Amino acid sequence: MSADRLTSAHWYPGLSLGVVMLATTAILALGQAGTADRIAQAVADDSRQQLEQILPAGYADNNLLADTLTLAGPDGQPLVVHRASKQGVLRAVLYEMSGHGYGGRIVLLMAVDTDGRIVGVRVTRHNETPGLGDRIEVARNDWIRAFDGKSLQQPTPAHWSVKKDGGDFDQFAGATITPRAVVGIVRQGLEFFVAHRDELLGQTGGQQEKRS
Amino acid sequence: MSDSPSLRHITRDGLWDNNVVLGQMLGLCPTMAVTSSATNGLGMGLATTAVLVLSNVLISALRAWVVDAVRIPVFIVLIAGLVTLVDISMNAWFHDLYKVLGIFIALIVVNCAVLGRAEAFASRHPVSLAALDGLVTGVGFTVALVAMGAVREITGAGTLFANAHLLLGQHFAFLETKVLPADTGALYMILPPGGFLVLGLLIAGRRWLQKQIDKRTADVAVAAAAH
Repeated sequence: MSADRLTSAHWYPGLSLGVVMLATTAILALGQAGTADRIAQAVADDSRQQLEQILPAGYADNNLLADTLTLAGPDGQPLVVHRASKQGVLRAVLYEMSGHGYGGRIVLLMAVDTDGRIVGVRVTRHNETPGLGDRIEVARNDWIRAFDGKSLQQPTPAHWSVKKDGGDFDQFAGATITPRAVVGIVRQGLEFFVAHRDELLGQTGGQQEKRS
Repeated sequence: MSDSPSLRHITRDGLWDNNVVLGQMLGLCPTMAVTSSATNGLGMGLATTAVLVLSNVLISALRAWVVDAVRIPVFIVLIAGLVTLVDISMNAWFHDLYKVLGIFIALIVVNCAVLGRAEAFASRHPVSLAALDGLVTGVGFTVALVAMGAVREITGAGTLFANAHLLLGQHFAFLETKVLPADTGALYMILPPGGFLVLGLLIAGRRWLQKQIDKRTADVAVAAAAH
């Protein structure tokens, strides 16, 4: 059979491997090109949803992804701040804060209104122990909602810690380090707000300028 | 090439006799990593099953053109390419599902069970049998992972199928059950030591069961011979 003669030729193994690699690479390149736009779109949708789900329904009517400003964060890295406004009036700023938990970095997204009160906090990335520290996720536990409405005045800075440390916030049975870390990060986020209040709330973005 | 095995034999092999995890002890890295809950085990099992069927079919279809000298690199390239393709397609078209299963997909490349079935079965048998083999091997893998996840989740967290709705949709929220009161679980069961412990116990359990079955069939044979 000619197929047998072909596959037993001394050049066949190398060539066939090369062809398989070329074909696979070509298909992957096509697949990448064909899906890149959709993936970018899906990722953008995701971040918009993530920003919106932290705010109560109807809280803002602007495009949170478009109205942003960049400041130097507490760690010296640039920090992107999204601004939520309704009918051109700035209502809240949203930004990420991070710190170290029990299993690594914990990243929170927080929304703070113009009076420095928390509108909402969500954990976006963490490495905490499954079934224990992961109760900081809103999908698993309502604990993270305890921050809603809190500010550095209410409770006072001395009470910005878990109950075990004399503060106002619950820890979890069997897990103190994770909630303690989250409380610390949220508090750091509020301190960032107070320190940069004028820059955060100052000259509002495109939308308001257009209206005035 | 060898004779075609019967459908019954392939099914039995994949599900029990040569169950990837409990019999052949392949793919233990993803097995340990994801079975902290039954839902995670199910997600990993389903994703692996899909890849197993596709890779078995692809490799079986090309088997006449793949020569022995380069078969392993060819299989690896094909499997890695396939998994990557599944990964980006899911990310693009089933983005919500991808957010749940995404972490598992990349792990499938390092699952030696996929290469194992390509080498041991798909490269020697026709496409239809290879597809069946991929399916039952995948189902066997899924059953082992769900069993392991269930034992670890019940003993470690006191729940069963927690967060199943994230994987299967709201209709399956009824699967989520609380077995033990909150915070009574032994946490180490969902940490790495629990993985080794439960895997060992499941493998021992399977062998014990197999021994009982062997003994019974031997007794029946002896009884039949005595007649």
